[in-house]
Amino acid sequence: MFRRERSIPLRGSAAALCNNLSVLQLPVRNLTHFGVVHGPSAQLLSAAPEGVPLAQRQLQAKEGAGVSPPLITQVHWCVLPFRVLLVLTSHRGIQMYESDGSVMVYWHALDAGDASLVQAVFARGIAASGHFICVGMWSGRVLVFDIPAKGSNIVLSEELAGHQTPVTDIATEPAQGQLDCKPLENRDCIADVVTADDSGLLCVWRSGPEFKLLTRIPGFGVPCPSVQLWQGTIAAGYGNGQVRLYEASTGTLHVQIDAHARAICALDLAPELLSAAEDTFVHIWKLSRSPEGGYVEVEHCHGECVPDTQVCGARFCDPSGSSFAVTGYDLAEILRFSSM
Amino acid sequence: MSVRTLPLLFLNLGGEMLYILDQRLRAQNIPGDKARKVLNDIISTMFNRKFMEELFKPQELYSKKALRTVYDRLAHASIMRLNQASMDKLYDLMTMAFKYQVLLCPRPKDVLLVTFNHLDAIKGFIQDSPTILHQVDETFQQLTETYGGLSAGEFQLIRQTLLIFFQDLHIRVSIFLKDKVQNSNGRFVLPVSGPLPWGTKVPGLIRTFNNKGEEVRKAEFKHGGSYVAAPKEGSFELYGDRVLKLGTNMYSVNRPVETHMSGASENLAAQTQESIAPNPLAKEELNLLARLIGGMEIKKPSGPEPGFRLNLFTTDEEEEQAALTRPEELSYEVINIQAAQDQQTNEELARIMGEFEILDQPRRSASKGDDLLAMMDEL
Repeated sequence: MFRRERSIPLRGSAAALCNNLSVLQLPVRNLTHFGVVHGPSAQLLSAAPEGVPLAQRQLQAKEGAGVSPPLITQVHWCVLPFRVLLVLTSHRGIQMYESDGSVMVYWHALDAGDASLVQAVFARGIAASGHFICVGMWSGRVLVFDIPAKGSNIVLSEELAGHQTPVTDIATEPAQGQLDCKPLENRDCIADVVTADDSGLLCVWRSGPEFKLLTRIPGFGVPCPSVQLWQGTIAAGYGNGQVRLYEASTGTLHVQIDAHARAICALDLAPELLSAAEDTFVHIWKLSRSPEGGYVEVEHCHGECVPDTQVCGARFCDPSGSSFAVTGYDLAEILRFSSM
Repeated sequence: MSVRTLPLLFLNLGGEMLYILDQRLRAQNIPGDKARKVLNDIISTMFNRKFMEELFKPQELYSKKALRTVYDRLAHASIMRLNQASMDKLYDLMTMAFKYQVLLCPRPKDVLLVTFNHLDAIKGFIQDSPTILHQVDETFQQLTETYGGLSAGEFQLIRQTLLIFFQDLHIRVSIFLKDKVQNSNGRFVLPVSGPLPWGTKVPGLIRTFNNKGEEVRKAEFKHGGSYVAAPKEGSFELYGDRVLKLGTNMYSVNRPVETHMSGASENLAAQTQESIAPNPLAKEELNLLARLIGGMEIKKPSGPEPGFRLNLFTTDEEEEQAALTRPEELSYEVINIQAAQDQQTNEELARIMGEFEILDQPRRSASKGDDLLAMMDEL
């Protein structure tokens, strides 16, 4: 059972985007950072354990040519081996900051290039894998940036071609997760990056100086706005309210949940699975490995209705999954829940 | 965001505007022939071919101010006049209605069905005018061509673009409050029961498969809502059962419609911050706007046909009171394009601008650019 905790007020309401909440847990400093996109600006704030807001900062999308101010599509903290960077994607480009948002260390302008007149140009989908940061594009391409241990000498290392439609989300295997993994014979096959797009297609990659495409999981006519990867299991949320769990290395479907009545907008995974959708519901699911076949099984733990709120972001706030936070369209606060 | 959103925004807001005007014309007992003329003139201006061509060009959404100017022009396309307070109320009702419809669309693609509902009703208003009917049918055709082949992902982007446009608008509309579709805090009710979107299964089932793809387990969970599968998909043809009720005329029953201004808008700080921040690209937007409105062939009121004033409120006193008490943050200042001192305007632009009412005294300043931007600062 979960109970509502004190909400954290936001300066601006959350925009109707998917994956519109990023959480950076800093247990050593007893702090949690939250990032929410409002529109042309994003708000970062840090809070103490009871949800007391301590500091906040607003970041703007870097201007460029165009009639209206550019809109931000996503804000996300990337935890790398030696540093944490905050990445902001917009309709103009990719901005990377030090983790508190104080200093911009890198700017990559989008090249509209061969986008037709009717295509919207934007970057969307952010994840860190080792010392790389992957960012998705409207064209389906995924840019891979090589991040140094410190400083701003960030280099575009590779451009992955796997998708034909706009990238929606990218997920990577968290570094700690791999330690608990069953040992795998062939290092080459460890899937540690998953990219998703508007057509529902998932691409599974192995990261490295050269990324390798391991397998593709086709869509079925609806977008896949949110994807997660943990201990070899891919969790994907779809526009028709379904959540599907796949074996990352093979792409085999293991679980299909008719989870929500509207499009899924956010997932989080570690160790429980959190799904949030535009139907106002947030569900928590327990994942386990079946004793016989070793494949993943799911059990529903808890459902929470956020009345009259089109949820647009949801994340766990601690590593055990005993608390989570939710954002909603038009809502100028971050809702918090913790287990009793 | 999506560059294909403007036609949907314009047509749906225009449809709501016609519903409201139709209701007020009847409530105010305007003679049938005059009422019909007003609606015919507005609809004919809305669906003018040149205007539609401009509208359907891929472009970003205009700001709320810019869009309001278009409707101001449209509402005055005939012998009818509206005071500022009535125009404000009209625009409030239009925007909240369409916001509600977008928010409650089961699938992103259903916004197209909402648009078709509006067009179907508009055709009902102009049954006796085959020329205008033909214009509307052509627009229908253009909608099908533009949106018929879009993917679910592209519709999702359009939906997000529309919702960003409507963000932070919480004006309370009495007809919504009475029907319990809006809460007293201005937020819309999102029901957790009823028909599901076409293509979504009833939540509650967990299916587990083995490595060979065989289903090995089926379990149910309590999802908290009370949903039923959609009976059938709405029709996207020229004629057909749309199934969806969103976008149909909710003012058919003659009910007075009030809007509540007080305490309606939260996050005023964020909202006003964006509207008063100087926008260096204002000039470019004004040019686009002028080109769009240039496509509207506004007929000047001719001959002996006397104009009349429509009131969106029940009495003149109420209208005056509303004008005085409207919160500053919610005022829609219409963009006034001052043409007098412009030396670079081309003929077309000058002709269009000549038709705009100049409400303020012209300001003397060195350059046209400064003039325009200075006026924006006043908004």
